Amino acid sequence: MTVVEQEIHTPTKPPFYRDVRVLRWVFQFAVVGVVGYALYRLYDNAITNLEDSGLPTGFDFLGNQARFAIPGLADSADYSIRKAYWAGYLNTLRVIVIGIPLCTALGVVIGVMRLSDNMLVRAVGTIYVEVFRNIPVLLWIFITYLVIILLNLPQISEEVTPFDSFVISNRGIGIPWFNPDASLLTFLGFVGIGLIAVVGVNLWRRKVNEETGQPSRSGLYGFIVFLIALAIGHYAAGNALSYEPSVIAENGRQIEGGMNIFPPYIGLTIALVLYTASHVAEIVRGSIQAIHKGQAEAAQAIALSTFQRYRFIILPQAFRIMIPPLASQYLNITKNSSLAVAISYVEITSIFGRVTNNATPALQALIILMFCYLTFSLGISLIANYFNRRLSLESR
Amino acid sequence: MAQDGQTPPGLYGGGGHMHTPIAADAPPRRGAGTGVRGVLRDNLFKDTKNSILTVLFGAVILFVLIKTFNYVFITARWEVIYNGPLEFYMVGKDFRRTGISYEMLWAGIYTAVLAMGIGTGLGYNEESPPMRLGARLAMIGGPLVGIVFILSMTRTITPTLLTAGAGGVLWVGGQLGRRMPPVVRRRSGWILLALTFLAFGLITNFTPSNIDEFGGLLLTIVVAFAGVSLSFPVGVIMALARRSTFPLIRPLAVGYIELIRGVPLISLLFMGQFAIRFLFPPDANIPGPIFRAIIMITLFSGAYVAEVVRGGLQSVPAGQIEAGKALGLSPFTITRQIVLPQALRNSIPALIGQFISLLKDVSLLVIIGLQELLGIVDVVLARPEFVNQGYVPEAYAFVGTIYWTLCFSMSRAAQRLETRLGVGTR
Repeated sequence: MTVVEQEIHTPTKPPFYRDVRVLRWVFQFAVVGVVGYALYRLYDNAITNLEDSGLPTGFDFLGNQARFAIPGLADSADYSIRKAYWAGYLNTLRVIVIGIPLCTALGVVIGVMRLSDNMLVRAVGTIYVEVFRNIPVLLWIFITYLVIILLNLPQISEEVTPFDSFVISNRGIGIPWFNPDASLLTFLGFVGIGLIAVVGVNLWRRKVNEETGQPSRSGLYGFIVFLIALAIGHYAAGNALSYEPSVIAENGRQIEGGMNIFPPYIGLTIALVLYTASHVAEIVRGSIQAIHKGQAEAAQAIALSTFQRYRFIILPQAFRIMIPPLASQYLNITKNSSLAVAISYVEITSIFGRVTNNATPALQALIILMFCYLTFSLGISLIANYFNRRLSLESR
Repeated sequence: MAQDGQTPPGLYGGGGHMHTPIAADAPPRRGAGTGVRGVLRDNLFKDTKNSILTVLFGAVILFVLIKTFNYVFITARWEVIYNGPLEFYMVGKDFRRTGISYEMLWAGIYTAVLAMGIGTGLGYNEESPPMRLGARLAMIGGPLVGIVFILSMTRTITPTLLTAGAGGVLWVGGQLGRRMPPVVRRRSGWILLALTFLAFGLITNFTPSNIDEFGGLLLTIVVAFAGVSLSFPVGVIMALARRSTFPLIRPLAVGYIELIRGVPLISLLFMGQFAIRFLFPPDANIPGPIFRAIIMITLFSGAYVAEVVRGGLQSVPAGQIEAGKALGLSPFTITRQIVLPQALRNSIPALIGQFISLLKDVSLLVIIGLQELLGIVDVVLARPEFVNQGYVPEAYAFVGTIYWTLCFSMSRAAQRLETRLGVGTR
């Protein structure tokens, strides 16, 4: 036995050029070498070309003056490119913070509609999904912006002003907003203190309830405490909660005061929400169909209404399946918000386009842009992972 | 009541019949009822709430239908499509400069359609479940309405006849693909590749630089097709690299895929227009704007194709690879002969989905000033006879119909292929 084994395993080591362990590493180093050389050549070309055309090779251009206007940016006379990037970043954030909740809500409704046992409700859901997802989102943006918003909003000279504090016109929709003279930081600080106090009151009432058996009424107590905090904040920050109405400026061509929502923003957000909702609806439908049929039947057996069945039994389980694909749709809405550049809503990609048009180095600008989107996608992944962990089944 | 252990009434509708014994309550209402009345009752008027929903949504559908009908047949001024510019929408404004004859273009289209027909015919599977009537109607009816709408804008009968001919070629291709003898079938990939190249050659008159003069729908389709076919090898290599056990190569693939997927396409297109020239050697010939766009779209699409193929690779059971190892095959042979054929077959439907989304994404070229299907609208509306007369809704409706017809029919075809290939059911 031992003799045979020794004969088979005689140390006839293969030559190194046929040894898999050696070849693996040779192959990998070769590939990395080729890729590295190619990247080095590209980098070298870039540096040479940038220097030849007199463009900066570093990131110092961020401090330069931006020579383009950003509507809505305060003291728009002069600002640095860095500040322009920041304004664009905030504008992108504005789209996705509003867009994501709206498209989720609409998508869930449409997705549930597609599973209704009423034929017409199902038909409306199906038509919605098929119409919206089979037409490019850019066309939807053009349609909402040009056809719906611009053609149907009244001219600024014939503006509609409901309650004397709103303005509806093609230069934007002005809504009353909080007092701009108030100190936002002070106010938010008091709101934060109020929230902490609410949590404290909650804990105290629960303890009282457990020890004495009195009704806890934590909601009521918490509400009162929060109102008090709001009131203190309101006065401490200098009438923060009094609002400033939105009116037409004296030259009759601008909206003053309050907050002005620009038509491109409205058009972009509506289009993105409608388009993304059709994708979300398909995800919702698929996730609900993936839930075991017995769950719905059990809910029916204990006589829950249709609403209760979805709210308490089906949707909580479906959300667990939905989260990863939903997160990727949220990333899509973030990336698609870059199409604002076509209707001149100034968000981060639009800034990038303007910066590169303006004889500043495109390569560095692109790196900054990638970094900005990286923060968005990391943020969305973090939130998605948090919910994923919270909702995942406790394995026993 | 309900002594026979049947489902209690009220659960499946029929509320208010609690006093009637089950036996008297005609056929039990399970699943679809029989006859037109039964179907209507089960689907539309099961109980009060259901009936209210029916009336409400019926009103909505009726309203939208009337509005659409009114717009399409009465208010819309379709002369912005049929009164001259239709050619622009289809092939762009500079197509004549290429000197490519329309006969050549149609020959190219027919070749491409034949390849598509053979491809679908190859996927035909006798055992696949038959389609339901409703799905079949939607699959044929939807695109048919779109095609009739588009063709109604033509002024001669020739395009209609040629389109009908294309339908015939599709059918012939399907039959060919279905009846292929195994010897040919084994090499069908090469046949499809050759046909595709021939089609591309015929469309561009065998000089790819002609693409720079393309526009409209033709440019959209050519760019999307070039993008997806060029990105296919990139995607396969990246997917294999990402799933490989090489510790040095894997991060390269992961970096490429995640970096590209992390940024919007439009920023890459901007880079293609403004920044890519910095990456070429100083004395190099910089390709034209459309080619630069194709380069960036290929890079972009490659990352997404890689993820699709990775999904296909993951769907191959580990036993397949182990069996290959047991036979003493080399890792390369296992990948080439065992893993890839199955993985690619499983990823075909998702690849079609990728092509659809690329077709929609090509509309972004309008932002960098190219005149593809969406960009050509501006060109048409700038013509003196249409300028500033509010023709925008009509033009967008027409372009939207073209996109919808293409994307809808392809997505249905992909769904059908998925059931035929049995992806995920084996």
